[in-house]
Amino acid sequence: MSLEALLFQGLNGLAQASTLFMVAAGLSLVFGVTRIVNLAHGSFMMLGLYAAWTLATSLGGALGFWGGIVVAALGVGLLGAVLEVAILRRLYRAPELFQLLSTFAILLVLNDLALFLWGPEDLLGPRAPGLSGAVTILDRRFPSYDLFLIAAGPLVLLALHLVVTRSRFGRLIRAATEDREMVGALGVNQALLFTAVFALAAALAGLGGALQLPRQPATLTLDLEVIADAFVVTVVGGMGSLPGAFLAAILIAEIKALCIAIGQVSVFGVALNLSKFTLVAEFVVMAVVLIVRPYGLLGRPPVHVREGGEPEAPLRPAGTPARIAAVAVLACLAALPLAATGSPYTLVLATDILIAVLFAASLHFIMGPAGLHSFGHAAYFGLGAYATAIAVTRLGLPMGPAMLIAPTAGGAGAALFGWFSVRLSGVYLAMLTLAFAQIVWSILYQWEGLTGGSNGIFGAWPAAPFDSRAGFYLLALGVTVAGLLALRTALFSPFGYAMRAGRDSPLRAEAIGIGVFRVHWLAFILAGVFAGLAGALFAFAKGSVSPEIASIAESVDGLAMVLLGGVHSLLGPIVGASVFTWLSDTVSRTTDYWRAALGGIILLIVLVQPGGIMGGVGALGRHLRRARP
Amino acid sequence: MNARFARVAAAAALAGTLGIGAASAQDTITIGELNSYKAIPAFLEPYQKGMELAVAEVNEAGGVLGRELRIVTRDDGANPGDAVRAAEELVTREGADVIAGTFLSNIGLAVSEYAKRRKVFFLASEPLTDKLTWDNGNRYTFRLRPSTYMQVAMLMDAAEASGAKRWALVYPNYEYGTSAAETFKQLLKERVPDAEIVTEQAPPLRGIDAGSVVQAIADSQPDGIFNALFAGDLSQFVREGQTRGLFDETAVVSLLTGEPEYLDPLGADTPTGWVVTGYPWSAIDTPEHAAFLAAYQDRFDTYPRLGSVVGYATIKSLAAGIEKAGSTDPEALVDAFEGLDVETPFGPITYRPSDHQSTMGAFVGHLDLVDGKGQMVDFRYVAGEDVLPAEDVVKALRPAD
Repeated sequence: MSLEALLFQGLNGLAQASTLFMVAAGLSLVFGVTRIVNLAHGSFMMLGLYAAWTLATSLGGALGFWGGIVVAALGVGLLGAVLEVAILRRLYRAPELFQLLSTFAILLVLNDLALFLWGPEDLLGPRAPGLSGAVTILDRRFPSYDLFLIAAGPLVLLALHLVVTRSRFGRLIRAATEDREMVGALGVNQALLFTAVFALAAALAGLGGALQLPRQPATLTLDLEVIADAFVVTVVGGMGSLPGAFLAAILIAEIKALCIAIGQVSVFGVALNLSKFTLVAEFVVMAVVLIVRPYGLLGRPPVHVREGGEPEAPLRPAGTPARIAAVAVLACLAALPLAATGSPYTLVLATDILIAVLFAASLHFIMGPAGLHSFGHAAYFGLGAYATAIAVTRLGLPMGPAMLIAPTAGGAGAALFGWFSVRLSGVYLAMLTLAFAQIVWSILYQWEGLTGGSNGIFGAWPAAPFDSRAGFYLLALGVTVAGLLALRTALFSPFGYAMRAGRDSPLRAEAIGIGVFRVHWLAFILAGVFAGLAGALFAFAKGSVSPEIASIAESVDGLAMVLLGGVHSLLGPIVGASVFTWLSDTVSRTTDYWRAALGGIILLIVLVQPGGIMGGVGALGRHLRRARP
Repeated sequence: MNARFARVAAAAALAGTLGIGAASAQDTITIGELNSYKAIPAFLEPYQKGMELAVAEVNEAGGVLGRELRIVTRDDGANPGDAVRAAEELVTREGADVIAGTFLSNIGLAVSEYAKRRKVFFLASEPLTDKLTWDNGNRYTFRLRPSTYMQVAMLMDAAEASGAKRWALVYPNYEYGTSAAETFKQLLKERVPDAEIVTEQAPPLRGIDAGSVVQAIADSQPDGIFNALFAGDLSQFVREGQTRGLFDETAVVSLLTGEPEYLDPLGADTPTGWVVTGYPWSAIDTPEHAAFLAAYQDRFDTYPRLGSVVGYATIKSLAAGIEKAGSTDPEALVDAFEGLDVETPFGPITYRPSDHQSTMGAFVGHLDLVDGKGQMVDFRYVAGEDVLPAEDVVKALRPAD
């Protein structure tokens, strides 16, 4: 590897960094001003690329290409404004996590919209008119368009910097980032400001996407890929910091370029292919940065937001009627195999729902009562499932011990990652848990010898008497109910009260002698234990495990279940997981556009009842009680 | 508002969980088909059309065993866990007599494991992984498409003839890519003992930094490149490689690139001279293919992709197998499929008794630019049996039933 080759790879990295920065900058702005973690931001980038493709190929020539890029960016900005006015504006007073759920729904809808408008094929745009060739640098050919991109990134940063520091709009952005309630009190039209910022951010993402036109085909999977990268860049740089995002984009792009450049190396006689490390490089960078600098490279501790939704009513133990109802429901569920003899699929679906319920309940345990918003809970589910599958297929352990290994593995993983994560809060905590989950995923994905790589492990079936559908359903029911009761007991024990105290007021909790870190860490481990147990059930239910179960998508599903049910109710995760699993099973069968349908249903629920399903039921109950004389 | 919502939800819940799906009638044969339609639409929409055509042809000719064929398709969400549930649903609720389909290797393997467990007949149409018929092979699973190993083997003549000694490998970082690379290295060593591998690049699937990857390959100064990238990763790799002059003096052998699904998006960028496996639909002049092509274009007003052929041949295989077995009993079907001969648009194929792999082959040829579009020229059909290891070799790879 010559020095020139290394320098040249540095240039490649810079070109890659520009787009990353533009997308991340928008995300950062929106978060700074509105506190919304916008999962649909990657969709704007995707739409920008699609729109630019349409304009460039239908108009043709330099005008179609360069004009198309500008028009695409503006069009996406307009779409952003419309979405803000139509949907997000209604949610600023809803709990933070509910905004997240609604942006997830928007992501689903926009993805199907792109499928509807542009069809399924990958669309690679034309080469850039005027910049289609290459220039010779260091005896190598470098695409001239990449040189243009290298310049575009800093130019956008400069323009944003001028807007933010010099204009009235920029002052308002900064003021709102510091204290948006005060900005509102001073008579600034907050609605307009939020719309404008959202539109600007969407336009930036659209521009970032449109500029990729000659380099990257428009595909329907871009939205999720880009949003993950953009989050990493934003968080590594520090949420709300534009120069930070720029720095982080360069750092990550350069590390990847370096890994690719080095390629195969031999460390102590072990051959390593560093190009494979690019799969997870950005998440490793994020984990390291967040451990060393909890608020990112150039970020500051987040400011407290006063209007964070209604204060939450404390949890109360169930009364006698509720207990009777629970026992009745349980009896019905236990009798389900008798009722479902004619339709065995009911049991299959019910088993999947039970597994989802246990998983969602374990996530809710830290999200709700402990206030730790984990974005990477699937890691512990995956660790449990893999531990069980490995125990059964490779070690030949019988079913009982194999199932006990799962919570141990989930708990051990949670103990390790939780020790770093629970020190942080808010988005930073969420992102660190996500980074750890991605690291777990990439290990499962690449360690062919132990985990079967991307294919996974096959042949983990339950032993008699649980090998029938009914038998396994009853086992899943028993384990899930036991898990729910254990989590519930923990919540109403002194430990549970300490956990909630640590969430609501860390300072006061510390002052009366509660070690908040220790309590939350234990809660995190406990959640990992039960997620791992759910994973064991999953492995036996499917007979196989594969890395998907520890992926971002699985973690996001878990979040969606908890939020759909309502984070402030202990029944929330149970109802949310049931409804979500059942909906995705049913809707996916009845329509080709099932993602949009699912997204539409979630949006409907969010807009009609921003407390989740159980929040709605609770409000209904209070309403009825008030109505009585 | 809340009350209305609750009512709607309750009504929907009742309709969904209590309503038991339509039981399959006695006079139809139900093929339960599951695939990642949403995740891999470019391949699977033509595939679905191919299936539709075949079902129509079979039913117009009087069905199978005097019964009509019926397909029920499900999206597996590109997720093995959901795929197993979809398979359960097809079998238990829709009363599917056989299951078929799957594209992604991990899903094919998961469904194959399910088929073995529940003793259901499963014809895997697409997944390429060698494990499906070898390391993880089982009694109830058969596979139509040529595996990764077979497709790599098809390229070895060209790799040897190119005279290249310094090879660079580029492949997506998951099982298909890594096993393609392993096979290539192994076969290259047998054919060209003095060849060396100068670099291996394994970018993430759908996440290639094409500029950096192309540069790293160029810096290793190869005279031959083995490529297993496809879809979006391939488009980016090709464009960057051309801008940077990577392919100017390098021989390239490439998996799958000649398939219309991946070749057509390249358009004017198509790299000329690459030796690829694929499907040159417009230039095959066998009577079997001409008949298929005419029927397909007549029905759909578009040209077939490789997925169309695979979907078509999947249904034709099942129809032939059920006809031969005389019933849809899984055990009888397995016995009938072992050694089953099927007519396909690519000519006759046989399902080998030893490893349950069909002998469907693929076309190998050079890429060229014709009227601004990529096309395969100087191609020949390589039958599966010519590149498959001998039956006793693969028998040793498979676990005992």
